[in-house]
Amino acid sequence: MKAQVNGTSRDLAEGTSVAAVVTLVGAPEKGVAVALDGAVVPRALWDRTIVPDGGVVEVLTAVQGG
Amino acid sequence: MDDPLIIAGREFRSRLITGTGGAANLSVLERALVASGTELTTVAMRRVDAAGQTGVLELLRRLGIEVLPNTAGCRTSAEAVLTAQLAREALETNWVKLEVVHDEETLLPDPVELLDAAERLVDDGFVVLPYTNDDPVLALKLQDIGCATVMPLGSPIGTGLGIRNPHNIELITSRASVPVVLDAGIGTASDAALAMELGCSAVLLATAVTRAQDPERMGAAMRCAVEGGRLARLAGRIPQRFWAQASSPGL
Repeated sequence: MKAQVNGTSRDLAEGTSVAAVVTLVGAPEKGVAVALDGAVVPRALWDRTIVPDGGVVEVLTAVQGG
Repeated sequence: MDDPLIIAGREFRSRLITGTGGAANLSVLERALVASGTELTTVAMRRVDAAGQTGVLELLRRLGIEVLPNTAGCRTSAEAVLTAQLAREALETNWVKLEVVHDEETLLPDPVELLDAAERLVDDGFVVLPYTNDDPVLALKLQDIGCATVMPLGSPIGTGLGIRNPHNIELITSRASVPVVLDAGIGTASDAALAMELGCSAVLLATAVTRAQDPERMGAAMRCAVEGGRLARLAGRIPQRFWAQASSPGL
């Protein structure tokens, strides 16, 4: 199946969790948040939230700015 | 003299809020932040990329500086609300510097989207510090819906044009009951001092320090300017006169 991860189309195995996507993009341990289809997925739910086919995942962190 | 800045019940000894954007590297940023004496500093939220993290969070934590996430880059209320919610999740703070800009050329706030986003974030339990136009009416509306501060611009972000409409800033400070933070447009120390003399409670700046030829020294200059301007405001300046008035006794 395919999903959009940080703006890039990715082939993911069926049943891939949000936690797995966070690892996939190489996110740091702390200071990271995830949105799935425009809604925040709390960290506590990363393991059991499955990315659907065609899902849009954004993995964000803090950078210098403002 | 004990004169803390109080935002949403939290006390700060420094009245200078800084940004982290524009610094050549983290080492330059660190020296500038330390010299500025800031206790509250903004960061932006961006996609994690292959280059990995920037290390700015670790730097701020090591320096004991509170992190203030912003919604820079957002053009609509919906984008800003989601970005704020992501920042709350990532950084474990319900404080947000709310930015909703209209276009890239001016980076001016979009007042309609800004007010809508502010209302939604206040309802969602955020401490909202909105970056706003130097519009006294909009500032009051932001205050009335529950924003913790109002942060009018002196001039567009990154221009260094200073405070283009001092009278508007004074109108805002004369009526606001929440702290007024002059945000954006500061070019040099005298601009920061003027903001404080006009009655602002604090100044927020980034570019003026991070892109100065010597960021560390400019950070120190801004600290002194904010302190000096605040003291002058509290001291009460003399009225301006048309004719001279001798300061020495007559012969």
